[in-house]
Amino acid sequence: MIKFESVTKRYPDGTVAVNGLDLVAPSGQITVLVGPSGCGKTTSLRMINRMIEPTSGRIWLDETDTGTVSTSKLRRGIGYVIQHAGLFPHRTIVDNVATVPLMLGVDKKTARAQAMDLLVRVGLDPAFAKRYPAQLSGGQQQRVGVARALAADPPVMLMDEPFSAVDPVVRAQLHEEFLRLQQDLGKTIVLVTHDIDEAVKLGDQIAVLRVGGTLAQLATPADLLARPADDFVAGFVGRDRGYRSLGFADAGDLPTRKEVTVRLGSDFAAAAALAEDGWVLAIGDAGEPLGWLDASHPGTGPIGPQHLHRGGTVATEGGSLRAALDAALSAPSGRGVLVREDNTLLGTVTASEVVARIEERAAAERIEAAR
Amino acid sequence: MSSPPVGYLAAPDQPWNVQHYLDGKVGYVLGLLWQHLWLSVLPVVIGLIIALPIGYAAKRFKWTYTPLVTISGLLYTIPSLALFVVIPSVIGTQILDPINVVIPLTIYTIALMVRVIADGLRSVDETVLQAASAMGYSRFQRLLKVELPIAIPVIGAGLRVAVVANVGMVAVAAVIGVPQLGTLFSYGKDLFYYAPIVVGLVLSVALAFALDLLIVLAVRALTPWRKAVAAR
Ligand SMILES: Nc1ncnc2c1ncn2[C@@H]1O[C@H](COP(=O)(O)OP(=O)(O)OP(=O)(O)O)[C@@H](O)[C@H]1O
Ligand SMILES: [Mg+2]
Repeated sequence: MIKFESVTKRYPDGTVAVNGLDLVAPSGQITVLVGPSGCGKTTSLRMINRMIEPTSGRIWLDETDTGTVSTSKLRRGIGYVIQHAGLFPHRTIVDNVATVPLMLGVDKKTARAQAMDLLVRVGLDPAFAKRYPAQLSGGQQQRVGVARALAADPPVMLMDEPFSAVDPVVRAQLHEEFLRLQQDLGKTIVLVTHDIDEAVKLGDQIAVLRVGGTLAQLATPADLLARPADDFVAGFVGRDRGYRSLGFADAGDLPTRKEVTVRLGSDFAAAAALAEDGWVLAIGDAGEPLGWLDASHPGTGPIGPQHLHRGGTVATEGGSLRAALDAALSAPSGRGVLVREDNTLLGTVTASEVVARIEERAAAERIEAAR
Repeated sequence: MSSPPVGYLAAPDQPWNVQHYLDGKVGYVLGLLWQHLWLSVLPVVIGLIIALPIGYAAKRFKWTYTPLVTISGLLYTIPSLALFVVIPSVIGTQILDPINVVIPLTIYTIALMVRVIADGLRSVDETVLQAASAMGYSRFQRLLKVELPIAIPVIGAGLRVAVVANVGMVAVAAVIGVPQLGTLFSYGKDLFYYAPIVVGLVLSVALAFALDLLIVLAVRALTPWRKAVAAR
């Protein structure tokens, strides 16, 4: 647990970057600091490992006042990841990752072996180990940065815009890998971003800061979207928050209907005859939905992948209302495809059915709130 | 070092005949070469050691950069001849003492290297420094294990200039009588004997070239990561 106790940072030039901050980042969870540029996110983060000393107030790491231990000792127990990774250009990838263990006196062979394991864990080909940072792409460097911060297995990780220097596709990939990793490792993480979508995706809780370095709101992502504390937070959280908050709403048991399906490779004419509203769903050998077949443009011979409409998204059983609604809205047939955990077809659901579920849920919440 | 063998009193018959000149004097000439070598290299080594902390200070304390770099730059504008002549009387050494050569050249090396070291250290990426500090490196460890290794190419380039310049300036020290390859120039000039001048010239150029190459190779060996960067 990391605890800020009325922490203030005033820079020598008089700038108050952080002002009376009280905040708890619970153990094993991801706490995201968001806010507009210059609101003191980086300053707050760096006060935790004392790369910046607070002007007043205290920061606790579990039972320890961080101001009372030596900075070297403090920092070796705290992983730190920054934008552009900050890898050592003169060391190979594996030696970059092994830096802290080597500093702590682990022998070279063990440290390197551990570093290799970590590279695999963060999704890097071990073949990169002998390269130098300049020979890696930005996304790969960022993975190495994460591996390096994890190397000494610190209980705490500080991350300052770790994913902002890569393109959206790689970023989404890194997000997934990061969440998967955190599920295994359960670190206490404080992550800084100015991207509210990233905050919502990654955070267990989100702290919104405003310029001047004060806390505007501390909430779970769902709460933040549903109940912004004031205009500033509402503005910062942005548009579509009603729709986005559905991402946190459990879809529960949706009224799915059975769908008539055809197999890939079966005869086109026979398949078209089964269509409902002009569309029939094609599945693969393992029962996985592949795409919709347009029966109004009948062909001849066996159905191939090239005949299928690929625009529809697929929602997983037990997922969010947002995913279910999106599946229904994106299906050319108007029937959203739901699959089980093992990716086999569960059935379909229409948008109006999902919306009905959303309204039921909202009504239940209103009754709950009135009590 | 023995004094030069008795030379010709008048212009020799074959002033360009190097072979003739070298006959029996190979040992003597090699002695001068050796003398020239260490008179060029020692000041670079001492100068580098002294310039390191000064260059570091210029980088660490931003306000000292301009004064330190300016002062060291000014040192470089003092003519070497003047230093060679003045130094012995200032520090009270004997007129033929090699220290009279080592000290001025050390001053030149410092003058050159303070800026080079400060700039080399400043070239290290800020995110790299932050990462190093965040990992628990103390300032000194960080300097030793991160900043200096990354600054090696820049420092190496400065050393090349310093060494080559020194090889040239050592020759000037012939005016104060400290024996080295420059001795061959004054000797040849006085007697209109060109062979020793040619020998001195070839050897000092070869020496400068060899020392330069040595630094290039050392930098290359110490920075395998740069090849990787270049191949990008
Ligand atoms: N060393 C410093 N000296 C003086 N002022 C500083 C210093 N570092 C930061 N500041 C100021 O403190 C405020 C907070 O800076 P900080 O870097 O914490 O912001 P941030 O939230 O991380 O912003 P960004 O999203 O742009 O990274 C800013 O107004 C900044 O100008
Ligand atoms: Mg910042």
